[in-house]
Amino acid sequence: MPSLSYLMARLLQIIPTFLLVMIFIFLFVRLLPGDPAIAMAEAKATDAQLEQIRHNLGLDQPLPIQFLLFVTNTLTGDLGRSIMLKAPVTEIILTRLPTTIFLALYSVLLAICLAGPLAFLAAARVNSALDVTIRSVFQVGLSMPVFYIGLVLLTVLAAQLRWFPVGGYGTSFLDNLHHLMLPALSVALYTSAIILRNLRASLIEVLDADYVQFARAKGLSPHIVMTRHVLRNALVSTVTLLGLSIGNLMSGTLVTETVFAVPGVGRLMLEAIFARDYPLIQGLTLTFAVLVSVVFLLTDIVQSWLDPRLRQS
Amino acid sequence: MSQIEKETVLDIRRLRTEFGLTERPLVAVDDVSFQVKAGEILGLVGESGSGKSITLRSILGIVRPRGRVKGEILWKGRDLVPLDEAALRRVRGREIAMIFQEPMSSLNPLLTVGLQISENLAAHTDLDAKARKARAVELLDMVGIPAARDRLGDYPHEFSGGMRQRVMIAIALASNPQLLLADEPTTALDVTIQDQILRLIQALSRDLGMAVILVTHDMGVVAETCDRVAVMYGGRLCETGPTADVIGDARHPYSLGLLRSIPRDVAPRTLLYSIPGAPPSLNALPAGCAFTARCPVAGPECRDVRPNLGTAGKNRQVACHHREQALIHFSAREAAQ
Repeated sequence: MPSLSYLMARLLQIIPTFLLVMIFIFLFVRLLPGDPAIAMAEAKATDAQLEQIRHNLGLDQPLPIQFLLFVTNTLTGDLGRSIMLKAPVTEIILTRLPTTIFLALYSVLLAICLAGPLAFLAAARVNSALDVTIRSVFQVGLSMPVFYIGLVLLTVLAAQLRWFPVGGYGTSFLDNLHHLMLPALSVALYTSAIILRNLRASLIEVLDADYVQFARAKGLSPHIVMTRHVLRNALVSTVTLLGLSIGNLMSGTLVTETVFAVPGVGRLMLEAIFARDYPLIQGLTLTFAVLVSVVFLLTDIVQSWLDPRLRQS
Repeated sequence: MSQIEKETVLDIRRLRTEFGLTERPLVAVDDVSFQVKAGEILGLVGESGSGKSITLRSILGIVRPRGRVKGEILWKGRDLVPLDEAALRRVRGREIAMIFQEPMSSLNPLLTVGLQISENLAAHTDLDAKARKARAVELLDMVGIPAARDRLGDYPHEFSGGMRQRVMIAIALASNPQLLLADEPTTALDVTIQDQILRLIQALSRDLGMAVILVTHDMGVVAETCDRVAVMYGGRLCETGPTADVIGDARHPYSLGLLRSIPRDVAPRTLLYSIPGAPPSLNALPAGCAFTARCPVAGPECRDVRPNLGTAGKNRQVACHHREQALIHFSAREAAQ
């Protein structure tokens, strides 16, 4: 297991990351064209009313003060009030977040279930008809954008065959699995193509490695050679890639949740951007940053658990 | 001569290992026959690509499934060639063990050394976890790893190259094999460490009565370590015999050239002999002698007619059509120097 000092060092690395993220968010939102006060106010609002709104939002303060306010508020969990939904941002995000996390985990699981066994089959018989077929099919998955895969799935499996609902979110766990099958699958098809390629390549490499030959020469059972020696070594690089694609997947929810009308933070982000809802955009961007950092942290921990050579640094 | 009385443990007859398409196979090992006696160290010498390593891997069947092994590999009278994987696994690591060339890449980087020893014991003995641990310490101790008990939990990257090779030997010795296949065990190590490892293998062979096939491309290693030597070229044997005889009085043009290319007893700054050309690729071997293209004494028949491994004096075999010419050619060179 990774040592406590390794974990602590890794956790401390998150602080500068967050500081940078917050500076970026703060500046970026203020660089967006358009005036939130105008967006918020009614069409016939007077200049005085607009000024009042800006004052309420703290937009009339100098930038450094605004930033300091932003940081201290964020640390206390106060992300401001949404202009669009007229409710505390933290509250809105917390009600929407579980759906997105559920969708993300669901699609990752699907991707692993799809890619894992097929990568093994392909690597076991390199360049066989099976290998070529598996790779070609997944290549198609890789070359189509997620929203397009989503639309195809919607048309065929939901609209025509009526196996799955067209969109929305369920009321129980099983109902959620059913409702989110198509959005999860459309993301998973893409992610699994990436995982499959990488896992197949590293399996082929590891199967040929000296230590695997040595393990065979020791007379170990194929099961032990496969799990203890082959799989574990092959997973080291695949885990990194999986972490990165989960990171990607977070921003992918913007599209998927919109296509499938899933009430998660991804769709909320899109709505917030259209409404120029500064506080909500800030809060959501921060949420995505936290999620991605957590995923990368977990990736690093899993990796250092797999590979002792990574524990020292 | 105690060598002669000892029983033959491994008898390889007409071993042939091929890869690739059945119609146009790449033949890595072709018609190779030799014996190993109990407690004997046999040196298998040749350039890279001469089929030495594949010969070792064929014995254990780990060239499978990509490689196809033909001929007979009689291990204590039982042919290993027709055995299935499950039956071979009871021989691998238990009766015949193998160590590899690269100690850096042959140990699993993700597992502790202790586990890599004890998984071998778990596969081949009835020892419980505690006894396995005790045996692992004993083994590391035996191969000369200091503070063995404290190092079971260490990972391969925490050992130096020489120490890793010792660890690999310890793993190989775990279940008291009667034959150790050592595939260039010292090539990746620096010279002083090489010597230590060779002495260790020699001592273990002597103390445990274990036979060893030592694959190397280094005649110096052979001279120092082996009882008998077999020289390979292009997947075939060219010469076998007791080490002192082969080194002192080589007969095959290839072994003659190989020995002349070692710096010994020559004045400083004299040009060493080097065998002209490069080793042949396995898909371009002639029907006759594999060494034809580089041989200084090759005649017109060498390309087409394969020379048999024929008796050449006591306990010696040579496969060459032009033994006399070869001797004359090389002694003339010697005289010129």
